[in-house]
Amino acid sequence: MAQRIVVDPITRIEGHLRIEAEIKDGVIVDAYSSGTMVRGIELILKGRDPRDAWAFTERVCGVCTTVHALASVRTVENALGITVPPNADVIRNLMFCAQYMQDHVVHFYHLHALDWVDVVSALQADPAATSQLAQSISSWPNSSPGYFSDVQKRIKKFVDSGQLGIFANGYWGHPGYKLPAEANLMAVAHYLEALEWQKEIVKVHTIFGGKNPHPNYLVGGVPCAINIDDSNALNAERLAYVGTLFDQAYDFIEQVYIPDLLAIASFYKSDWGAIGGGLSNYMAYGDLPTNGYADVGSFKFPRGIIMNRNLNEVIPIDGTDPEQIKEQIAHSWYDYSDNDPSGKHPWNGETNLNYTGPRPPYEYLDVDNKYSWLKTPRWNGHPMEVGPLSRMLVGYASGKDEFKEVITYALQKLDVPVTALFSTLGRTAARGLETKLVAGWSREFYQQLLANIKNGDTRTFVADKWKPETWPSEAQGVGMTEAPRGALAHWIKIKDKLIDNYQLVVPSTWNASPRDANGNRSAYEASLIGTPIADPENPLEILRTIHSFDPCLACAVHLYDHNGKYVHQIQTF
Amino acid sequence: MIDKKPTVYEEVLAAGYSRRDFLKFCGTMAAMLGLSASGASQIAKALETKSRIPVLWMHFQECTCCSESFIRSSHPIVADILLDKISLDYTETLMAASGHQAEKSLHDTMEKYHGQYLMMVEGSIPTGDEAYCCIGGRSAYDIVNEVAEGAKAIVAWGNCASAGCVQAASPNPTGARPVHKVIKGKPIINVQGCPPIAEVMAGVIVHLLTFDRIPQLDGLGRPMAFYSRRVHDTCYRRPNYDAGLFVESFDDENAKRGYCLYKMGCRGPNTYNSCGVIKWNNGVSYPIQSGHPCIGCSEASFWDNGPFYKHLQSFPGFGIESTADTIGVGLGIATGAGIVAHAISTNIRKRKHTNKGEVKADIENPKI
Repeated sequence: MAQRIVVDPITRIEGHLRIEAEIKDGVIVDAYSSGTMVRGIELILKGRDPRDAWAFTERVCGVCTTVHALASVRTVENALGITVPPNADVIRNLMFCAQYMQDHVVHFYHLHALDWVDVVSALQADPAATSQLAQSISSWPNSSPGYFSDVQKRIKKFVDSGQLGIFANGYWGHPGYKLPAEANLMAVAHYLEALEWQKEIVKVHTIFGGKNPHPNYLVGGVPCAINIDDSNALNAERLAYVGTLFDQAYDFIEQVYIPDLLAIASFYKSDWGAIGGGLSNYMAYGDLPTNGYADVGSFKFPRGIIMNRNLNEVIPIDGTDPEQIKEQIAHSWYDYSDNDPSGKHPWNGETNLNYTGPRPPYEYLDVDNKYSWLKTPRWNGHPMEVGPLSRMLVGYASGKDEFKEVITYALQKLDVPVTALFSTLGRTAARGLETKLVAGWSREFYQQLLANIKNGDTRTFVADKWKPETWPSEAQGVGMTEAPRGALAHWIKIKDKLIDNYQLVVPSTWNASPRDANGNRSAYEASLIGTPIADPENPLEILRTIHSFDPCLACAVHLYDHNGKYVHQIQTF
Repeated sequence: MIDKKPTVYEEVLAAGYSRRDFLKFCGTMAAMLGLSASGASQIAKALETKSRIPVLWMHFQECTCCSESFIRSSHPIVADILLDKISLDYTETLMAASGHQAEKSLHDTMEKYHGQYLMMVEGSIPTGDEAYCCIGGRSAYDIVNEVAEGAKAIVAWGNCASAGCVQAASPNPTGARPVHKVIKGKPIINVQGCPPIAEVMAGVIVHLLTFDRIPQLDGLGRPMAFYSRRVHDTCYRRPNYDAGLFVESFDDENAKRGYCLYKMGCRGPNTYNSCGVIKWNNGVSYPIQSGHPCIGCSEASFWDNGPFYKHLQSFPGFGIESTADTIGVGLGIATGAGIVAHAISTNIRKRKHTNKGEVKADIENPKI
């Protein structure tokens, strides 16, 4: 008889995620992923000015802040036929790069590392040996015995206080932790350094968008004007600031993040390089245009689908094809007016909230029926994994040299076969490797911006379709991007200058959704099957695999109503 | 309490900072809080002698932008130390434990420190159906009530917890409510903004640690130290407004000169926040400085006060607004009139601030 365990809340993520897993003979035999919070952003968007949608959708997520704003302005621009000036594309790319670097570093150190790093073990480390270890893998200057000794003293003081704060009740001492004490101490030191560092790179957003989290975007371009001869616009000082931030970020990623990632991975590769593979289909919408967003072939991250782990073929995607991308609700707390199990394309989507789960407080969800606020998206009926691993695989399979180089480098360094990519560890490694690529690209984009300005092009906005009088009476559009967590797209229908319909299909909906009408699992559930669990009371292994996806649940849950009316009852207190 | 609890000052030293660093930090916080030099020594003394207050940071209907903003806090000690000066016993974003171990952390603190812990809330509470937000199989509504019961005071982070924010925008499909609409009988501090500025979040915590009382609040429960000034009144582009110099279209010649964004929909004139003073991300910039109008994110219902790019027809406390559209052509006489009107308005505003806006500390700011 299988034992059912529940992990809720899954912490160190964005949003509210619950995992129920069935364990038999120490191995997960089935798993259920549930989003347990809903807000209703899309319904709220109905009837509003399409130029405002970026601000609403940006608030879908404050961790991957900016990505929904970017998807939104592109969606509206696609609907209205707006092509933004080259500087706007470059500045959007720079903000994209800054977001990836900050988000991936925070994920690695602050959301994921504690699954691999035993903080308490760091107390036993020899600072001198830690220094040797650090200096053997990186030229990062903070690596003296005294430095690590100070960090260790600080941790000891913290532990001795009896108030363990965010480190209380962790799985410390679990047999799954394999790092030597010195590697643990090095990782803890870098946990603290990364916390300090991450607030710097986001200043790129502050310079171009005025604040972070939630910088400002603009339909038709970017809001910041360029004037190298005025103190109130982007000038040499502002641009130099951006350049310095990217240089510092590059150093941190090359000298801290990547060496740490490979060092930690080397201790876990034998088992976690073969656990957690899950699905075998990978999808990326791609992003970072180098010749305007309309030229998909110019993207640094290419677009496409890999089926059955066949790296010899990349299949194209069409977001406007009514048959390709559809959302189902077989196991989601919504109703459709018809009962078409194949689902609905986002332009024709429809959702009515209908909670049919157990009344809280509850012990278990009714997983035979509906069990999540997430819908279940499918591409031509197939489940897809999205995220860093998908992007790296699509880049690799597309024959892009940069992708092949970093992947080959990592595989050789770790001495593992290419199949190790299809795993929990492969997912975590792919995130780091793409950060390395992005760190390099950010410098290219920065030089491109300087070159444009030097050549006299300071345009950041196109005004000709700004006024609603210039719009057609009806329009529809789709905007695609890559959030740090994976493929993200928005769809819009505009009618009489207002939003008639707005739909988001986001990365964590692809990955974290419940099973579809045919009973096929999505990525989270599939990836947990077969995972050994050493101690069901301390299911560290579940967190490792789920965190390897970098869950973002507020994004994943949303609702939309085709007719602008919702059918549930609102009780007022 | 038998536990040996180091003081904040001891922790600062343990972290490798000098007393000089520590005093500098206290001075910075004092300046941000609008205190005099004696205020700085008061902060130093408080942090030298206090243990870490347990904090339970609850997450409901939110996007985690408040947590993200909080970790951006940039004064040297704030990022490394202040985060640890409170004992952050529960926060779903950063805590190591998950599932029932996380719930254990929550309940341990609720029991051990009943009546002593601070509750911080990120996100709104759905009241339409309690199943719209569940954690560990329990509803947000139940959890917020249970945790609030033993809390010394409540900090409502951001617009979600203070006013409902985006999910409470019309038609508010889930019945999202801010904390103060659900919890009664507890001191609640609304730290507004979407998100609040990192240093404002840190400043509120330091204020609580230092003075053992909630800061002076405005009528909407926002700390006066950070929300008593309109963005418009502290905006470096304000002289352009007074001179009638406006951006007419994004990226036009006026935008390239940094003119006033009022005509592009700027909500600075009716938004109370510190963006023009503290700015964002360690003083790097703020929305207007980077060319976008303020969208008013520290005000209740700002989502329904749109559309964002439609400029305000009028705003309270200022006499020139109804004719601002007709200024902007650079007429000297209009500009002069603008300055006079502004001076008068500012005086009126000051009187209101003194007579009406402030609340008596002993009534509204109970000791915590």
